[in-house]
Amino acid sequence: MTIPWRTVVRRLLSMMGTLLGVAIFVFIMLRAIPGNQITAGLGTEAAALTPEQRADLEAYYGIDKPLIVQFFSWLGNIATGNLGFSSRSQVSVASLTVDALPVTIELAVLSIILALLIGIPLGMLSASKPDSARDAVGQIFGLAGLSIPSFLLASALLTVLSAKFGFNPNGEAYASLAEDPVRNLRQMLLPSLTLGFGIAAPIMRTTRTALLEVRSQDFVRTARAKGVGNRRLQVRHILGNALVPIVTITGLQFGYLLGGAVVVEQIFSLPGIGRQVLIGIQGKEYAVVQSTVLVIALLFVVVNLLTDLLYRVIDPRVRAS
Amino acid sequence: MARRTRLSRDSVPLISLGLAFAMAASACSSGTGGAASSNASKAGGSLVVGITSDPDNLFPWKATQFQAVNVLQTLYGTLTEFDKDLNVVPGLAESWTYSADNLTLTMKLRAGVKFADGSACDSQDVKFSLDKIKDKATAAVAAASVASVTSVEAPDANTVVLKLTAPDAALLGNLASINMAILPTDSTEAALKTTPAGTGPFILKDRKPSQSITVARNPAYWGDKTPLETVEFRIIPDETSIVSAMQSNNVQLAVLNDPLVAKTAQGGSLTVTKTPQLSYHVLQLNARRPALTDVNVRLAMQCAVDRQQVLDTAALGEGEVIGPITSPAYRSDPSARPCASRDLAKAAEYLAKAGKSDGVSVKTIVSQGEYATSVAEAQNLKAQLAEAKITLDLDVLASNAYVDRWVAGDFDAAVALNGGRPDPDGMYGRYFTSTGNLNKVAGYSSPDLDALFAQGRESTDPTARKATYAKVSQHLEANAAWIWMFSGFTYTVAAPKVTGYLPMANGSVQYLRSTSLP
Repeated sequence: MTIPWRTVVRRLLSMMGTLLGVAIFVFIMLRAIPGNQITAGLGTEAAALTPEQRADLEAYYGIDKPLIVQFFSWLGNIATGNLGFSSRSQVSVASLTVDALPVTIELAVLSIILALLIGIPLGMLSASKPDSARDAVGQIFGLAGLSIPSFLLASALLTVLSAKFGFNPNGEAYASLAEDPVRNLRQMLLPSLTLGFGIAAPIMRTTRTALLEVRSQDFVRTARAKGVGNRRLQVRHILGNALVPIVTITGLQFGYLLGGAVVVEQIFSLPGIGRQVLIGIQGKEYAVVQSTVLVIALLFVVVNLLTDLLYRVIDPRVRAS
Repeated sequence: MARRTRLSRDSVPLISLGLAFAMAASACSSGTGGAASSNASKAGGSLVVGITSDPDNLFPWKATQFQAVNVLQTLYGTLTEFDKDLNVVPGLAESWTYSADNLTLTMKLRAGVKFADGSACDSQDVKFSLDKIKDKATAAVAAASVASVTSVEAPDANTVVLKLTAPDAALLGNLASINMAILPTDSTEAALKTTPAGTGPFILKDRKPSQSITVARNPAYWGDKTPLETVEFRIIPDETSIVSAMQSNNVQLAVLNDPLVAKTAQGGSLTVTKTPQLSYHVLQLNARRPALTDVNVRLAMQCAVDRQQVLDTAALGEGEVIGPITSPAYRSDPSARPCASRDLAKAAEYLAKAGKSDGVSVKTIVSQGEYATSVAEAQNLKAQLAEAKITLDLDVLASNAYVDRWVAGDFDAAVALNGGRPDPDGMYGRYFTSTGNLNKVAGYSSPDLDALFAQGRESTDPTARKATYAKVSQHLEANAAWIWMFSGFTYTVAAPKVTGYLPMANGSVQYLRSTSLP
């Protein structure tokens, strides 16, 4: 396959614009939220500060400068690879992100794998005989996946498994994949099941719809008339042609997971990137939130770009166009 | 043949589904189980304590967050301490004497105390620490607690002399706060944030941001040998998840606030201990705002509120109705207040006296998320007061927005959960004296109260102080400065083998130093 360089360059330029937009949006939104690092840190004790003490603290946190100066100062630092410093954790944002990002990426990948392993087979099962009992089972699963909130499923799993079976690997100290692969996978099990269950539902529904649509097309009938075997027909001809919408929904869900797994990370105590943003927002650590959101946005657009490139692999019509 | 074909076609999704569940099952069985792999139940005692948030500041003079204060209590020492009953007892100072006029406090320091960096802790360090805390440039949160101290002298290595502007009976209690920790003379805020150097029973061993803080036994600690080798404060953001971690024996101790969550910990092998708290739930009234300037309006509000109903509705009855002072030694009698039980006729009478028989509106701020019961309290108060023609206009705010408005005193009323202190002067002096640094937020002061607080500070006779603070309490309620409602419990949940831990009413976890886990 040849790489469409013009498309890639065009998309990269568009990515830069998107990232700048995200940077401006997050910067403004953070300042629009009442409070600052002083009140977030001192709480109601901030009422006891004298004006001089407050001014000193504003200078310390760099929030005494005009907003435009703050923005370009941060942007300038980003350009030189300095994502900022977390005064709460006393380490750089880059260091925090290097620790947190692999956790979330691993969680997202495992969740997507589980979602695909559940969603595609269920979609195929449903589509194999529409309006039958098996279709109803698939549809009920889909409805449940879409309607059960992840926080509820997460809390229920955690409570029942720990209270009844004493099973709660997430109560142990977190271990990365490199430190202790077995403990790490055990700690990823419940969070990825929770997220995978929710994501499997739209994948299952998309698979079912796409399969039914492709199956009714002329080339399927022609292939069948030409004597193509059923297994080959189902997998190569029908599923193969139905992959584009499935890949699209999977790519979108993956991107969503990079920043949207915060509730699950919180409940299962996973030190991921979503939790990093949440803690940053609670502590009003501007540099932490701004830089981390920018990293998430960058990953999101990269995943989207890769998804678009994947279309060219799975669908010859895209290559031709 | 048709049947076989159908089976074959269906086998693709079925096999995939099977794979998914097989993966889940293998992951379940691949580990050794939560209890077996727990790292805590080793001989010698390594305890895991569940906390909901990463400490936000490890510099003791500026830490206000509950979790930060708890961790710092294991690392740093103070001149005085509180015992389990909140009596002031010796800390780094092993004894003290007041001069006859109570204007000089001489403290004898323990000999041989060392900081975590190995340097000796002597009177120069105490002088350095107290001078720095008083210095406005430091912005120490406890600066007001030593406002009466004019100078600190260090005549020899084991003696410090504090000269006072006026007698200050609250000073010894104030010195017990971790915000008054004694630091080495050559230390800086920046260095201590990453490398604490205290005289506490533990020293910092490891910190993983957003995951855990581990402290190890300080072999040079001046007190009794600490039984535990290490204490890991594991950050588990959700209290329900902490209970789950305790049920699987991954965490052995936690202090919970939510009564509903605490109930889920009961019934198994875990023990749950309720401890009444000094902190109190209150409807703060801002008497400087037009709506509440007239004392009769405030009294009408006071008479229209059934505090027990607020407690039952918002906090499942988990707590007790209180007056202003919650400290056991000076506790206010809630039955002595005007309208000790709800009296709508009296409320109407007060409103009529204020010339507001048609009713009054009070803009009230409420924090959402700061603590579990805030919104429920506000809604119950609103319903009760509506029956007395008093409308609470609730402004439910996110935590940061609430703090901003509270700090600026920008409210008629505020539903609040305020921290308490063992000494009433430390608890309310800064709120209700006209020069107190939180008086803007309190919204009320009077010359009588100023005089009473001064009298309480000057007196060293416990009986006389009790009588003085009873008058303070009476004055606050007779003028309905605020509407004090109830104080809740904390719930200390412990694994069966944890012994020696004593929960305290001020929320302190200082008795981790006497805790053991065989």
